Amino acid sequence: MTARRVMGIETEYGVSAPGDPAANAMLMSSQVVNAYAAPLGSRAGRARWDYEDEAPLRDARGWEISRDSAHSSQLTDAPDDPGLANVILTNGARLYVDHAHPEYSSPEVLTPRDIVRWDKAGERVMLEACRRIAANPGLGDVNLYKNNTDNKGASYGTHENYLMRRSTPFADVVRHLTPFFVSRQVITGAGRVGLGQDGTGTGFQISQRADFFEVEVGLETTLKRPIINTRDEPHASADKFRRLHVIIGDANLCEVATLLKVGTTNLVLAMIEDAAFTRDLSLERPVGTLHDVSHDPTLKQQVTLRDGNSMTALELQWLYFEQASAYVSDRFGDDADEATTEVLTRWESVLSRLGEDPMLCARELDWVAKLRLLEGFRNRENLNWDAARLQLIDLQYADVRPEKGLYHRLASRGQVEQLVTDAQISEAVHEPPHDTRAYFRGRCLARYGENVAAASWDSVIFDIPGRGALQRVPTLDPSRGTKEHVEALLQRCRTAADLVDALAAE
Amino acid sequence: MAGQEQQRPTRRDDEPADDAAPAAPPAGGAAQTTDADVDAILDEIDDVLESNAEEFVKGFVQKGGQ
Repeated sequence: MTARRVMGIETEYGVSAPGDPAANAMLMSSQVVNAYAAPLGSRAGRARWDYEDEAPLRDARGWEISRDSAHSSQLTDAPDDPGLANVILTNGARLYVDHAHPEYSSPEVLTPRDIVRWDKAGERVMLEACRRIAANPGLGDVNLYKNNTDNKGASYGTHENYLMRRSTPFADVVRHLTPFFVSRQVITGAGRVGLGQDGTGTGFQISQRADFFEVEVGLETTLKRPIINTRDEPHASADKFRRLHVIIGDANLCEVATLLKVGTTNLVLAMIEDAAFTRDLSLERPVGTLHDVSHDPTLKQQVTLRDGNSMTALELQWLYFEQASAYVSDRFGDDADEATTEVLTRWESVLSRLGEDPMLCARELDWVAKLRLLEGFRNRENLNWDAARLQLIDLQYADVRPEKGLYHRLASRGQVEQLVTDAQISEAVHEPPHDTRAYFRGRCLARYGENVAAASWDSVIFDIPGRGALQRVPTLDPSRGTKEHVEALLQRCRTAADLVDALAAE
Repeated sequence: MAGQEQQRPTRRDDEPADDAAPAAPPAGGAAQTTDADVDAILDEIDDVLESNAEEFVKGFVQKGGQ
């Protein structure tokens, strides 16, 4: 495996009622999910999430913590309110309320370009929900933002999920991934006005999330956030796979940033699985360095390695790039797949230009696009970094509405590079990817939605009239249930009962 | 916040270059943005930004998530 891998991306959106800071965030989040799901009627809108396989307290290091010692926010398998909106969409995604935010979890895909495509589909879903609420005279307006902090001490996440071989020692993951995550923000940062968790420090920093990370490794996701998260819910055969749950990423709007975020991480994971790293790049103080790197948009901040060497985060990224490039050429020569070649080519190009002048990446990276806008506005208005209008630009960059969102204003002027077409995104709002089990899940919803009682990442549960018990179809292998595997079967089975019978006969 | 050391602008010289690496392409940078682009979006921004920035920003209060 290279830049290709079974993976997904999930984003908790900021949710706010303009003019009403005290509005109930859980209620608004439910409105968002319901506004989108309700018109789907008896199809996707009704199928519920199946929690049977959720095990949020299992730790990748090999133990399970007791429920009594867990913080209530860690109990994601027992929502406070079972009525909280939680649905599966025909594209295989999950749309639900997580804590006090509406969240879109993409279907499982195989390539970085498909992450971009189904992540953008999620933005469309949120926009549609926002429009429907605005059109409903009985509801107050709800604004949605694809960002990660309110700049007052609260942060909410954008998580990547990567399927890995169970046999890979977790210590290797920690060793090689930590310096990579500390340095990759020069590419993946979404930019932020304000320093420190509450944003009261004056200035611009590269990452939305960096200041909220306090420890190197851990299970928590809502407090004492770790650079490497050890949650181990594979949502697949646990003896074969682990799902690496990455919580350190920013919410990206720039498509190239998203592509590089997951593409370069996939390459690093492939090298960890193949024990291909020739050099240990462990850092002296990863958490402090993460903050320091984020706080220096000139990219001059030095990073100290445990072996005594020091270099910039950009130079550290070059070391990862060079090892990855050598790895791909060694294993695949000229036969590397297109997705991998694209990631390597773009990675090198972005690193080169970041070294020359970061502004040369304003079409591809969010933090640069945002900074360029802020600097232009600052110069014109002669503002200091603590000006409210600069914080407003930061916030509105992430507004999902094309007429209000500043990322979208840039995109409409052709000032950011786009990798997927409008038509591809529109299709991905409804259609699942073809090459993972998300195809089976999504097509079952579209075709037999009336009879789908619930679903999860690794199951679809049918409620068939005349049969007493619910029929649970496990989908434990993420690479099965693809279009190639099941399209003919689904076409042959007119009803859910036909499908269940056909599967039972196999 | 300011860096202490000078920055090496490109590939580290002490690392062996990888022959198989694709040449740096124009990629997304092909069409670089210009000052005129910035001016165009700044001309529009006053109409796009919410009025009363201070109050709007203060009103954006979130509960923590994951």
